[in-house]
Order: sequence, then structure tokens, then C-alpha cells
Amino acid sequence: MRKAFPILGVLTAILLSYALYLAMLVAPREQTMGDVQRIFYYHVPSAWTAFLLFFINFIGSIQYLVRRNPVSDKVANWTIITLAVLCCIGGVVVAVVPDLKAALPEGTEPSAIGTTGVIIAIAYFVIRKYFNIDAVDALAVTTAEVGVVFCTVVLVTGPLWARPVWGIWWTWDVRLTSTLVLWLIYVSYLILRRFSSSGQTPVMAAALAVFGALDVPLVYFSIWIFRTQHPQPVIGGGGSIDPRMLHVLLMNWLAFLCFAYLVCWSRYRLEIIKREVEEAQALESLLEPRSAPR
Amino acid sequence: MNFLYVAYGATWAIHIVYLVTLVRRYSRLRREVDELKKSR
Repeated sequence: MRKAFPILGVLTAILLSYALYLAMLVAPREQTMGDVQRIFYYHVPSAWTAFLLFFINFIGSIQYLVRRNPVSDKVANWTIITLAVLCCIGGVVVAVVPDLKAALPEGTEPSAIGTTGVIIAIAYFVIRKYFNIDAVDALAVTTAEVGVVFCTVVLVTGPLWARPVWGIWWTWDVRLTSTLVLWLIYVSYLILRRFSSSGQTPVMAAALAVFGALDVPLVYFSIWIFRTQHPQPVIGGGGSIDPRMLHVLLMNWLAFLCFAYLVCWSRYRLEIIKREVEEAQALESLLEPRSAPR
Repeated sequence: MNFLYVAYGATWAIHIVYLVTLVRRYSRLRREVDELKKSR
């Protein structure tokens, strides 16, 4: 990966430039909002990337908590498998029973329930396979930090889009407020990790991250559940989007995902080296000859 | 149109500021590694 990094960096830069070109010049002009709607191509992919990073942080935090004890580790593994199976069964039941299908948010297919369960299980076991308990903690710190950066982009571009369209910078509706709360929770997580030197800090931070991750579904589904100023989703929520706009949106998301991957890789490496240096410094201080007693 | 430019500019400003902090942390860590090597 170290050797491939410069090449991947150049490819990502090209992809980001191409995605910017698509967003600014190729995507059709929205009729009611005009050119300001193009903020959508940065706002939405940033939100999706932040959610994905917080999801990885959630998995990493859970694993850090459960893998410290072999019994809880085993219980967690079986719980995840059971959850995936239940989600698949639940998806089939919802598809068969019309009343339950009608209760789903508009535009959501019953198969989404099973798919979500299976994706969570796959992500859990892939992370479990490739990251040991210390690495999983480093992964959680990394994804929280990069996730906060992307969430900051969402919170900055949102008001800049809202001002010309709604006439206001901000409103305390559920979608906006829950996103701000999500950002605050993860900022608290980073502050805790940065300034607490207790041996229990990773455990406390992991518990806080699990709590924080519970806010992600609230942010995502708030526009279905509550009446909000924020518009309804145009993908997977019964809305519609011009195929050319969808193409530009997905290209921008792909570009931001590649960028986020490279940033996460750099931050993860930094975290691993930092831990090794701290370990070496602690060892050094132990080995240092003490001044002779008077 | 101005809001669009500001939003895109702000996005990249946030990312660049974060990348700069990462680079600074890397160089600080490299200094610490060098000091550790010297002390051994």
C-alpha cells in the first residue's frame, strides 16, 4: 500500500477533478433552485461518507469492547449471525404481509431489511478477520476523526444551500439538529481520546461511540418519521432524480470515497506509529538509570 | 451562484486544513522517532 499510495493519490485527484467538472458543468441545471442546487453533489456524498465512517467506527468500537473477553466475543459473533438471519426472515415476512409492507418508508423495498443485516454481519466479520484488538481501536479513532471532517463539510454546506433556497441559514428541525448532535458526540469522542490519559479511555470512548452511532439511524430516517424542513430523499425514499444528476452524484460519492480511504489509511498509519513511539518512550523511561539516592 | 462557490471552497478548505494537521502530526512524530533513535 505504501508504494501504491502516490499512484492512488494521483488517480483520486483525477477522479475528484472529473467529479467536480461533472458537478459544475455537466449536471443539468435544476429548474427551481438554479445553480445553487449543485451544492447537492458535495453535501450528499459527504453525508454518506460520514455515515459510512461512523458505521465502521461503531463496528470497531463494539469489537474493542467485546473482544477483551472471549465469552463476550463469542456471544457477539453469534448475536451478529442471528441478527443477519432475523433480518433476512424479517425481509421475507414484510414482503409477504401487505400491512407490514405498507408500513415501510416510501420507496423502501423489503429486501433492504435483509440486505442491511447481511452487510452489517459481513462488515463485522471482515473487520474481525483483518484487525486485532489494538488495530480495531486505531481503526475506530481513525474513522471517527475522518468522519467528523466529512460531517463538518455537511454542516457547513447545508446552511450555505439553505440560505438562498429556504431564506434561513439554520432551523432546529429534527434532521438538522440530530446531525449537529451526531457531530457533537463524535467531537466529544475525539476530545476524550485526545485529552484523557487514563488506561480506561479507549473503553469509555468505545462506549461513547456506540451511543453516538445510535444517532445515525435517527439522522437518516428523521425525514421519513418527522415533518422536517429538510427535503425528502431523492434516492430510496420514493423521490425521483434525473438519471444525469444521479450519475454525477454517484461519481462524486465514488471520488469522495476514494479520497476518504486514502485519508483514513494515512491517519491509521499515523495512529499505529504513534502507539509504537509511545510504547518505545515508556520502555525507554523504564530503562533509564535513576539518579543515585542521597 | 456565490453560495455554490463558497460551499465548494469551504469543503476543500476543511479537507486541506485537516490534511495539513495530518502532515504536521507526521513530522512531529518523525522528530520523536529520530530522538528515540539518537538516545539509544
